[in-house]
Amino acid sequence: MMTESKRLIEEQQTEYVARLANLSFSAEELAAYTKDLESILNYMQELNTIHTDGVEATTHVLPLTNVFREDCIGDCLPNHDALSNAPDSEDGSFKVPKIM
Amino acid sequence: MTKYLTTIGLEFHAELKTKTKIFCSCPTESGGAPNTHVCPVCLGLPGVLPVLNKAVVELAAKAGMALNCEVARFSKFDRKNYFYPDLPKNYQVTQYPLPICRNGYIEIKDAQGQAKKVRINRIHMEEDAGKLVHSGSSLSDSSYSLPDYNRAAVPLIEIVSEPDMCSAEEARAFGEMLRLILLYCDVSDVKMEQGSLRCDVNISLRPEGTDELGVKVEIKNLNSFRAVYNAIKYEEERQADMLDCGEPIVQETRLWDEQSGETRSMRSKEDAHDYRYFPEPDLVPVVLDDEWMEHIAASLPELPAARLCRLTEQLGVGEKEAQQIVQNPPLAHFFDALYDEVKDAKMVSNWLLGDVSRLLNDSGMEFSALPLDAVDTGHLLSLLKQGAINQASAKQVLEEMFTTGNKADDIIAARGFAQISDSSALEGIVAQILADNPQPVADYLAGKKAAFGFLMGQAMKQTKGQANPAVVKELLTKALEA
Amino acid sequence: MPITDMTIRDMAQALEAKQFSAEEATRAHLERIARVDEKIHAFISVTAEQAIAAAQAADQRRAKGEVRSPLDGVPMALKDIICAKGTHTTCASKMLESYVPPYNATCWQRLEDAGAVLLGKVNMDEFAMGSSTESSAFGPTRNPFDLDCVPGGSSGGSAAAVAADLAVYSLGTDTGGSVRQPAHFCGVVGIKPTYGRISRFGVVPYASSLDQVGILAKTCYDAATVLEIVAGKDKMDSTSAPYPVKAYNQFCDSDISGMRIGVPKEFISDAIDVEIRQQLEEAVTQLRALGAQVEDVSLPHTAYALPAYYVLATAEASSNLARYDGVRYGLRVPAGNMRDMFVATRNAGFGTEVKRRIMLGTYALSSGYYDAYYNKTLQVRTLIKQDYDTIFAQGFDCLLTPTAPTTAFKLGAHTSDPLTMYMQDICTVPINMAGLPALVVPYALSSQGLPIGLQLIGSGFAEEKLLAVGSRLESVRLLPDLDE
Repeated sequence: MMTESKRLIEEQQTEYVARLANLSFSAEELAAYTKDLESILNYMQELNTIHTDGVEATTHVLPLTNVFREDCIGDCLPNHDALSNAPDSEDGSFKVPKIM
Repeated sequence: MTKYLTTIGLEFHAELKTKTKIFCSCPTESGGAPNTHVCPVCLGLPGVLPVLNKAVVELAAKAGMALNCEVARFSKFDRKNYFYPDLPKNYQVTQYPLPICRNGYIEIKDAQGQAKKVRINRIHMEEDAGKLVHSGSSLSDSSYSLPDYNRAAVPLIEIVSEPDMCSAEEARAFGEMLRLILLYCDVSDVKMEQGSLRCDVNISLRPEGTDELGVKVEIKNLNSFRAVYNAIKYEEERQADMLDCGEPIVQETRLWDEQSGETRSMRSKEDAHDYRYFPEPDLVPVVLDDEWMEHIAASLPELPAARLCRLTEQLGVGEKEAQQIVQNPPLAHFFDALYDEVKDAKMVSNWLLGDVSRLLNDSGMEFSALPLDAVDTGHLLSLLKQGAINQASAKQVLEEMFTTGNKADDIIAARGFAQISDSSALEGIVAQILADNPQPVADYLAGKKAAFGFLMGQAMKQTKGQANPAVVKELLTKALEA
Repeated sequence: MPITDMTIRDMAQALEAKQFSAEEATRAHLERIARVDEKIHAFISVTAEQAIAAAQAADQRRAKGEVRSPLDGVPMALKDIICAKGTHTTCASKMLESYVPPYNATCWQRLEDAGAVLLGKVNMDEFAMGSSTESSAFGPTRNPFDLDCVPGGSSGGSAAAVAADLAVYSLGTDTGGSVRQPAHFCGVVGIKPTYGRISRFGVVPYASSLDQVGILAKTCYDAATVLEIVAGKDKMDSTSAPYPVKAYNQFCDSDISGMRIGVPKEFISDAIDVEIRQQLEEAVTQLRALGAQVEDVSLPHTAYALPAYYVLATAEASSNLARYDGVRYGLRVPAGNMRDMFVATRNAGFGTEVKRRIMLGTYALSSGYYDAYYNKTLQVRTLIKQDYDTIFAQGFDCLLTPTAPTTAFKLGAHTSDPLTMYMQDICTVPINMAGLPALVVPYALSSQGLPIGLQLIGSGFAEEKLLAVGSRLESVRLLPDLDE
C-alpha cells in the first residue's frame, strides 16, 4: 500500500540528480541538500496556484529571429592558445583519464 | 519453430558540406593536426555564444525538400545535456520539439519488386562532437584518451526514419537511396567509411501474427551499407535464437564488429538517458518565409527517381542501363552533357557503359575523375553517327583521347581515320572492282550471294578501311543489279 | 577635489584641462586600492602594470589629440565574470582560479577600444549565484558603509569598488538583481539595461535568458556615458538587439514634467522595511513636485516571479555550468577514470550554493518534472511580461519601486537558509523575467547610516527615460566613512 507522503524529494532522487550533474555527496551532505531542495521546491509549489493552460511559453523575451553568420572561414586559435588552460595535454591534444 | 517479423528504423547523421562550422567560423575541413581547427566558441570556453551558419539552414532545408519532407516555417534549437569528453560544453546544441523538417519519405522496392514508401519522421540540425583518440588497442585497455575538437561543431543533419523497414534488404535499399539523394543535392559528402555519413540501426523482432513490437536494440559502428546489411542479418538471427529459447531481449546499444561479424553489447556504465532537453537560450528561432523556401527549392537538382524516369521513358534508355547511370551521379551528369551533343540516348548509354567504363576500370579510376571532355567526346560520337568515321576507328580515337587528352579531330587527322561517305568519290572505285573481278560478279549474278562479301572487302581494302561500308554496299548493289 | 572622488564627467574634464594625467589618475586609484581594499576586499586581482601601461597609452593619445572617448584614460573595474584576454577570470570560483581567457568579452573590448583603463577584476558571488558576495571562493567583500555588512550581490565587488572610490565605474552582471541590489546596498547608481542591449559574448553565463551586463557608477550621467559605449548589436551574440544606441547622457537632468510614473502596489508590502517605504513616499512627493504624474498601478503576477525565476535560472545554470569538468580548462582533480575525474573536479571546484543551484536546475529539467517546473515557468514568464506590456501600453513612462526588502544586512545573516537569501531578489527578479531595463539610484541614508536606493523600471529599450527620471531623483553622492 502506498503511504501518503508530503515530501517532494527523497534522498534517492537527490542522489539520482547528483549523478546526472556529475556531483557526489557524503551521507550528511545528501541529507542537507535534500532538505534544502525540499524547502525550495516547496516554495516553488506556489506556481501551481496559477492557471497557465493555453498560455504560450516565453523562451526569448526579444522577438528576434533569423540571426545568422555567413559561411566564411575566420581565424582559429593557435594550438598552444587552445591548450593554454588545459590541465593536461599531449601532442597537441587535451588528455583525459581512461573512459572506462 | 516460430517465425519472426523484423521491424527496422534507421537514424542517419550526415555532415553538411559547409565551409565553416555550425556556430563559429572555424573550417570544417578534416585532416588538420589535432585541435588546430578550433576557436573559443567551438572549444566551449566560458562566456562564448553560438551564431548560426546560414548555409546550414539552407542545406538542411534542401535535404528535407529532396526527401519529400515538410520544411518548418518556424524551428528552433534546444540543448541535449550529457557529459562526455568529446562534447566541449557537455551539452549538444540540437533540435528537439521543433526540427527543421518533418514527415518525409523515400520510395524503395520491396521484396516483391513493388514500390514501397519508407517514411521519414524528422530531420534536424545539430552540432557534431569532437573525436577521442584512445591510447592502447581498444577502449577497454586504453589508459588515457586525447580529445581533438577539430570536428566539434561541424554541422550535421540527423535523419530519422519511421520503423517501416522489415528486412536487411529494405534497410540497405533505403540507405543507398538516401545516400544517393543527398549526393545529388550536394548537401553532404556522404562517405560512410570516412564518417561523413553515419547510420545507426534500431531493430526488433516479434512473432508472426502479433502486433506489439518487440524490444528494440540499437546497433552502432556501421561503416558501410554492407555492414548495415550484415549486422541486421546477424541481429535477426541472434534475437530469433534468444526468443526461441525464451530468453528476454535486452533494450541496449550494441556495436557491430566488422572483423568477427558480430554485434556486441556496449556494457558501459552509461548515465541514464535523461537528456534534460530545453530551449537553447543563446540562439533565436529560424523562420523560413515563402521567398526563402522558393529560393532553396529552386536550387534542388533533378533527383534520382525523376532522372530514372526521364532516361527510361523519355529517352528510351533500358531500365538496367538507366539504373546504372543514375546510381553514379558523375556518370549521370556526363550522360546528360553527352546527350546534349549527340541526341542519341541509346548510343550515349552504350558508349558510356561500354567503352568509357572499360577504360576507367582498366586504369582503376572513378567516373568523377574521368579525363574526357563531354563536348569533344560528343563530337566523336556525332562523327560516328554521321558516318564520318567508323566504329573501330572511333574506339581507337576514344582510347587515345582518354590516355593523351588530345582532341578527337586531331587524332582522326593524324591517324587518317576520316571515313569516305561521298558516293561520287566511291563510284569510280566500285566500277573498277567490278571490272577487275568478273568471276565473283558472275557468281553473285548466278545466285551466290556470298560473293557480295568478297566485293565489299575489296572496296574496303582499296580505301584502307576508310570507305563508309553503308555507302559502298548501296553502290555495289546498285551497280550489280543494274 | 581628490582624484579618486571624481566622476567620469569630472575626470574627463580634468584630463582635458591637463590638471593631471591618466597615469596619475590610475596611480591614485591603485594607491587607494592598496590602502583601502584590505578592509573591503572588492578586488580579486589588481592588474597594476597593465593599468599603468594603458594609462600611459591614453596620455600619449591625448598629447596627440587622439582622445577616443570620455572614458579614455579613466580607471575602472570589471566583475570577474567578464573575460579580459590574458587576465585571470575566476568567476570567484576555485573551478576557474587559474583560468586565463584567450579572448575579450565584447563589452570589455568596446571599453578598451574607448580607452578604458582596467584596474583589475572585482569580487562577486561564485558564478554570480548569490545576493551578498559571501559565496565567493576568495572570501566576502564588505560594505564600505558598514564593514560588518555585505555589499549585496552578486556584483558586490563592482558596487563596493565604486562606492569606496577604488574605481570610477565598473561593470557587473544582473541575472535577478545582481547589479541593482548591490547598487542599493552601497549607495551607487546601477543600471541593468534591457535584455539584449549589451552583448553577453565573453560574459560567463549564469542563466543565459536572464543575464545582462550592467553598469555601476557614481552618477546617472556616468552610467549613461558608459552605456552608450558598451551597448549595441554584436555579431558574436545572436540575442543582442539590433536597435540603435542613443546618446543616453543627453537625457540626464532633463525636464520630466508631464511624465507618467507608476508605483506598482505589489512591490509595497510589509515585507519591505518601513524606512524604505518612507523613502519611496518621499520620492513620489519629489517627482510630483518636479511635475511628474505619479499613479498607483498593479502588476498582478509579481508574486510568481521569484519562484519562477529560481526554476528558470537554475535550469539554465545547470546546463551552462556542465562544461566545468576538468578537461579543457580550470581545475582538475585527478582520478582513475573519466567519470570519477568529472565528479571529483566538480565536487572540489564548486561551492555549496553553486552545487545547490545546479542540483535544483538539474532536478527541474529531469525526466518527469520538465512540464511541472520548467515549462510552467516559461508560461508564467509570459504572464509577467504581459503585466508590464499592459502598463506601458497605458502610457506610463516608468515605474518606481523599492530595490530590495532591506538595506544591507550583516555578513552571515542569511547564509544558513537559502530561501531567505533568495527573498532578497523579490523586487528585482520580475524585471529580468520581463527582460526590461531598470535603474537603481541612491536616494537616502537609513537611520543606521546605510544607503537606500530606489528602482525605476522602464519599457524595453527606453533606458533614456529611466536616466532622465533617475538623474532628477538621485541624491547627492552618498559617501562612506572609511576612517582613513
